[in-house]
Amino acid sequence: MAEQTPHGENFDHWLDAYAARANTLSVSEVRALFAVVSRPEVVSLAGGMPYVKALPKELLESAYDSLMDSRGDLALQYGGGQGDLALREQIRELMALEGIASSVEDIVITTGSQQGLDLLGGLFLDAGDVVLAEAPSYVGALGIFRHYEAHVEHVHTDNDGMDPVALQAAIDDLKSQGRRIKFLYLVPNFGNPSGVTLTEQRRHQIVEICKREHILILEDNPYGLLYFGEKPPNAMRSFESDTVIYLGSFSKILAPGLRVGYVLAPPAIRDKLVLANESAILSPSSFSQMLISEYLSKADWQNQIDIYRGVYRERRDAALAAMAEYLPHLETTRPDGGFYLWVTLPKGIDSKAMLPLAVKELVAYTPGTAFFANGTGQQNLRISFCYPTPENINVGIKRLASVINLQTELIETFGKH
Amino acid sequence: MIPAAKRDNSLKIQVLAGGISHERDISLKSGRRVADALTEMGATVVIREPDEHLFQNLAADKPDVVWLCLHGASGEDGALRDILALSGVPFVGATGEAARLAWDKSIAKILVGRAGILTPPSVTLPRETFRELNPESVLAHVTSSLAFPVVVKPARSGSAQGVTVVHSADQLSKAMIDAYVYCDVAIIEKFVDGVELAISVINEGAGPMALPAVEIESTTGQFGYQERIVAGEVNYYVPARIDAHVADKAAQLAIAAHEELGLRHLSRIDLIVDAQGTPWFLEANVLPGLTETSLLPQAIVATGASLGQVYHGLAVAALHGRG
Repeated sequence: MAEQTPHGENFDHWLDAYAARANTLSVSEVRALFAVVSRPEVVSLAGGMPYVKALPKELLESAYDSLMDSRGDLALQYGGGQGDLALREQIRELMALEGIASSVEDIVITTGSQQGLDLLGGLFLDAGDVVLAEAPSYVGALGIFRHYEAHVEHVHTDNDGMDPVALQAAIDDLKSQGRRIKFLYLVPNFGNPSGVTLTEQRRHQIVEICKREHILILEDNPYGLLYFGEKPPNAMRSFESDTVIYLGSFSKILAPGLRVGYVLAPPAIRDKLVLANESAILSPSSFSQMLISEYLSKADWQNQIDIYRGVYRERRDAALAAMAEYLPHLETTRPDGGFYLWVTLPKGIDSKAMLPLAVKELVAYTPGTAFFANGTGQQNLRISFCYPTPENINVGIKRLASVINLQTELIETFGKH
Repeated sequence: MIPAAKRDNSLKIQVLAGGISHERDISLKSGRRVADALTEMGATVVIREPDEHLFQNLAADKPDVVWLCLHGASGEDGALRDILALSGVPFVGATGEAARLAWDKSIAKILVGRAGILTPPSVTLPRETFRELNPESVLAHVTSSLAFPVVVKPARSGSAQGVTVVHSADQLSKAMIDAYVYCDVAIIEKFVDGVELAISVINEGAGPMALPAVEIESTTGQFGYQERIVAGEVNYYVPARIDAHVADKAAQLAIAAHEELGLRHLSRIDLIVDAQGTPWFLEANVLPGLTETSLLPQAIVATGASLGQVYHGLAVAALHGRG
């Protein structure tokens, strides 16, 4: 010990070698806390994991058998960068359910719609470009925009979705500053994390604004078919094909483990997307694509979506009932589909700071700060009702109420900060 | 020097990792790293969770030694160690009693202070204190005595969770709330400006030995969990960039604190060296992180020894009741 030289070496021997953009990759400090949710004692209202137990495995087993019998060698081989043609045909039919008329030529299959977003980020975003997003917005998209060093500007969003008046004001303001706006990113149906749905009228207003202002809309729609009552309005892509890039996914209506999503883009953008996809991954998984294709042709997939709707509706009801029972004074969204409730906490409570206490009380949620690029969201949290059983949702929200009460007591003791 | 160990195919070791704590993630990573290193040494290793099957697993695995990799309350508050001791299974690390005393930073400070080891002045404030006394006047009184900056931290928590360096009165309330989120007892400690060091101490039976000091350099001026896990906000250097005689004094303090607290086979002592080169004890880690980027393994590697060699040596010491 006494002979040590005073020339310490940094732990990371490659610290000087990283690209500058590696600094945009950051670990959330709440991520480590989520390790505890794998323990059965903890009720996790945190992750947005689809309840795949509601998917009869025989459906995929028979799709697998049929695939191996008919196209096994192809399924195990590389595929094309644009994706399997048969699946693209089926995706076209799927999108027609939301009013979209499209050509299979304009569909690009990706490794989850997350990769579609990443490809679009790489194609369009230069450092300093602006992306407009809902307030709050999907955390996975924010991570991609940050990685491409774009600036995310959140636009006021209420129970009817993004406010077009606020959108126009934000655009005017940014343009007056000489900023370049590349995307408007939206999850219009049962948004993540808000659970709110953009009204039909606002969809038209927003498309009009973006057409006029020459801003591409990224319409990210993983939850659109998971409605509990009324079908949501048709997709924006159904009435505007040049300004809207539509992203879809099999993660919520089938299974996220298959990692298959898709992008419907105007032809010129589609060409570049295919090249970017080939450059990034050569081709999306042939096996997953063809398995899904077999499933869509052989199984009653519409019935399966109905089953999912029933499961999630029951859980949404359980979550809202528990909120009314244990936390009646808190404001919460009342989603008509999807996976999430967005809760507003009493003034002064910081959802991120409170999370360790919640974990100690064996309940986990996602703090609101995860869904804002500007450091706000402390007073909100997201409750995912998709995965736990209705009974566990009740237990979890009951525990959450006691945590909020404890935290309220602390804040009352030390005063608001 | 750490003596070289031989491969040993006879030792059966159960690694306990996971648990329900804020540090579960780190614990699982630590457990896998320790298991890999022990396996390389030829030991038969199984990783288990400390759950409802604890006794069943002990009966089935019949380990010669349990290697505890449980961070946070489940591993460091002493309870599980007492249970293992009652079951007659040797385990690596401090006894239940020693762990219980050292895990509570406020008690550890008292114990090392009594032994003449320097530790910054502090006040320990259980949450209940404020049920009777007026928070504003208590905090004003405390901070007028200690003077800003101060460090507010939970008495029982790890990985710098809930720790805030507070520079002015208006930041104090939030810091107290953040600390109480982790533990019902908070410590307000005088901030000592200087070089932050982590010195790991191991004892394979021949007496405690300090490993090279790791220097923790914050690039933001804060020392919380956030800074520790976000790349670029903290730099670690081993050995620390300090004079040899200062490193020597710091190592002596670490060994003295380890012995005073009775931490047996391993510990990590966190301290700060002020501008005059005087080391101050901050806290003892009963079960320091053992992941690939944790400070104790990095310090072992800096000595030229292998992790397997040291971890195996500690298991043998536990088996024979040494250390």
